[in-house]
Amino acid sequence: MDIPVSEMIDAIADQLHQHADTLTELDRAIGDGDHGINMERGWNAVVAARADIEPLSLGPALEKIGMTLVMNVGGASGPLYGSLFMGIGKHLGDTPDLSELHAALCAGIALVQQRGRSTGGEKTLLDVLIPVVESLGNFDPSQGAKAIQQVVATARHSMEATKTLQATKGRASFLGERSVGHIDPGAMSSYLLIETVCDVISRHLDSQESQ
Amino acid sequence: MTNRVGIVIVSHSPEVANGATAMVKQMVGSEVCIEACGGTADGHLGTDVAAIRTCLDLAWNPRGIAVLFDLGSARMNAEMAISMCTAEQQAGIAVCAAPIIEGSLLAASEASLGSDLKTVCAAAEEA
Repeated sequence: MDIPVSEMIDAIADQLHQHADTLTELDRAIGDGDHGINMERGWNAVVAARADIEPLSLGPALEKIGMTLVMNVGGASGPLYGSLFMGIGKHLGDTPDLSELHAALCAGIALVQQRGRSTGGEKTLLDVLIPVVESLGNFDPSQGAKAIQQVVATARHSMEATKTLQATKGRASFLGERSVGHIDPGAMSSYLLIETVCDVISRHLDSQESQ
Repeated sequence: MTNRVGIVIVSHSPEVANGATAMVKQMVGSEVCIEACGGTADGHLGTDVAAIRTCLDLAWNPRGIAVLFDLGSARMNAEMAISMCTAEQQAGIAVCAAPIIEGSLLAASEASLGSDLKTVCAAAEEA
């Protein structure tokens, strides 16, 4: 499948701009209150670098997005999302099939785990990324948009489920059990990214079918 | 100065990074090369990978560099900056899990004695 990187960049930047205040509010409850600002800063930089990213093939384009996030975010989401995109990009060819995409996503997540010294269940973005990638094991491409909607649903449930977790990584861990009852801001931004990417892919499938 | 382990202090706040550096300099003078790095490029609280990379280059000498940080994301950004250094630098730079101010003071005083990187980091991590 042909993945429109440039369209995704715009859609993600727009989505994060719309939800920046929500992310910052979630972060104010259990972190340092800058997640929305940092994500917006990072993706604004990606939009600004679009002319350099657009000519690249898929893998290098994602690596460049990752490096741009690393160099511009300023908070934990820089190295974490940066590593995610660099890890995925490094393992993707130009027109990946589902199993190649799955392997690349796993490699990206492994890099996030390594960078953050974290695994699942610690109230972080990994609590959305890991279950979503695991669910791709059952992904049925013949179901088209419906299968993609199931991925979004998994991301949403996983994001909401971070509310009941106690943070043991990052600044939220300073709050101990008082971190329970709040959705993790990194889980929320991961959900927003996944929802946006899935939305772009769905629209692309629709337009391919109607042609 | 080039025969002493250098110190790089990475904080979310330029005031913290510069303040810790001033305290260290008062203690060890100019015997140890120390670089401060704090805040994002656009003046917010946070850490800037490119700025950390520059500080690492400025503080670099073959005896190595001990890096002190304040919070987890500063550590991650320091590690990203280190991963962009030369292989020789990467082998000679260590991130110390230590309180930023006390750790910097202990690391710098150990470095001023001419100790190696491992000993300097161990001193910081006792803080």
